[in-house]
Amino acid sequence: MPRPAAGGSAAPSSEDEVEQPLAEDAVLDVDEIRRESDVDAVLDRLDVELVGLLPVKTRIREIAALLLVDRMRSQFGLSSSRPALHMSFTGSPGTGKTTVALRMAELLHGLGYLRRGHLVSVTRDDLVGQYIGHTAPKTKEVLKRAMGGVLFIDEAYYLYKEDNERDYGAESVEILLQVMENQRDDLVVILAGYKDRMDAFFRSNPGMSSRIAHHIDFPDYTVDELAAIAGLIAAEHEYVLPGDTTAVLHDYLEKRMRQPRFANARSVRNAIERARLRQANRLVSEPGASVTKQQLQELTPADFLASRVFTEDSDRQSDDDTRGVC
Amino acid sequence: MRITQGTFSYLPDLTDEEIKDQLQYCIDNEWSVAVEFTDDPHPRNVYWEMWGLPMFDVPDASGVMLEVAACREAYPVHYVRVSAFDAQLTRQTTALSFLVQRPPEEPGFQLDRQEGPDRTIRYTLRGYASGSPEGQRYGRGEG
Repeated sequence: MPRPAAGGSAAPSSEDEVEQPLAEDAVLDVDEIRRESDVDAVLDRLDVELVGLLPVKTRIREIAALLLVDRMRSQFGLSSSRPALHMSFTGSPGTGKTTVALRMAELLHGLGYLRRGHLVSVTRDDLVGQYIGHTAPKTKEVLKRAMGGVLFIDEAYYLYKEDNERDYGAESVEILLQVMENQRDDLVVILAGYKDRMDAFFRSNPGMSSRIAHHIDFPDYTVDELAAIAGLIAAEHEYVLPGDTTAVLHDYLEKRMRQPRFANARSVRNAIERARLRQANRLVSEPGASVTKQQLQELTPADFLASRVFTEDSDRQSDDDTRGVC
Repeated sequence: MRITQGTFSYLPDLTDEEIKDQLQYCIDNEWSVAVEFTDDPHPRNVYWEMWGLPMFDVPDASGVMLEVAACREAYPVHYVRVSAFDAQLTRQTTALSFLVQRPPEEPGFQLDRQEGPDRTIRYTLRGYASGSPEGQRYGRGEG
């Protein structure tokens, strides 16, 4: 049946449907393109809200720069294929992998690479079934929900257990590989986990490794970065850390970092929470006390000094002490 | 003859891009999208077989297209349609329903006349394809 002339395939009726490419020797102003695309707002927000993470920020800047270059190329009529965006985040716990994955979804949506920019965060249990035939529908359901956004697979190395041949994770990996290749325009997959185990996972799944374009390692935070993160967390909860508290906090962080089971930013968050509890206890337990708004907001050094981190010997490794130090 | 059931049925077949646009419109309106198939072309056949459940939590059209593609692959010579249900309190009905696949040959309908007492005639439609059992009405596809 003959198709009526529809937009796109037939000749454009209005002149703004097809832009004439620029002349061969035309020159483009990069700053103007940058201003029009508004990537700077996205990048600046990232700089302010995330502390440290230099390799991550560098990579994101490069992706944003590629977007600008693609726009300039399309003005000259040159083709610009969508870059490969699948990523792998490796690093210790609490270094910001999940946080950055969430931001990545918003970022790529802001840059125009993702249609919706939502994040679907899964682990192995959400992808792998318990019996034959269970895995494929489970994985496909997750993929359907993630389309148009980011699929974040935490602890991805659990997906494929090489030594157990009755493991159904391999089926899930195959479906993922297929979708990562064929639906590259619709979905970005981000894997995350500890570096050594992710390396082993990629060695046994070279197909997965080759589809991941960006392998980003999240370094551990320095003391100064952790102190800055503590400041951000306190400000988020509308608490204030006066000067003497920040000095004590610095000291606390140095001691805490040397102790076992230190989880970077997560430990800092726990420390702030514990300090809030101590502050609350301190304000409420004095008889006949009255509090000002400033007192309600301030975390004093006493709220941190009460921690066991200062009283315990930092060299002693207590392996059977399963209580977390805060 | 091309059956004219559902929206857009008088138009030429929609391309995949156009189907995606329609699906995105349904999702943007917060309608739940479902895929159905049948090989019984009679216009009174309202309840087609469901391909999986309605997709309540799929936020992007490309996710729904995966299901549409899977249904087309499983039933290459059936009618496949997409329906969108509007659950809003004042409506609670199918908001949009259109065909996304037709069999390659659609033989059409026969008008059956039944003579009754006093020379009254009763009319019904019978599809030529309905002469065969289910699954064999439009051939077996690529086998």
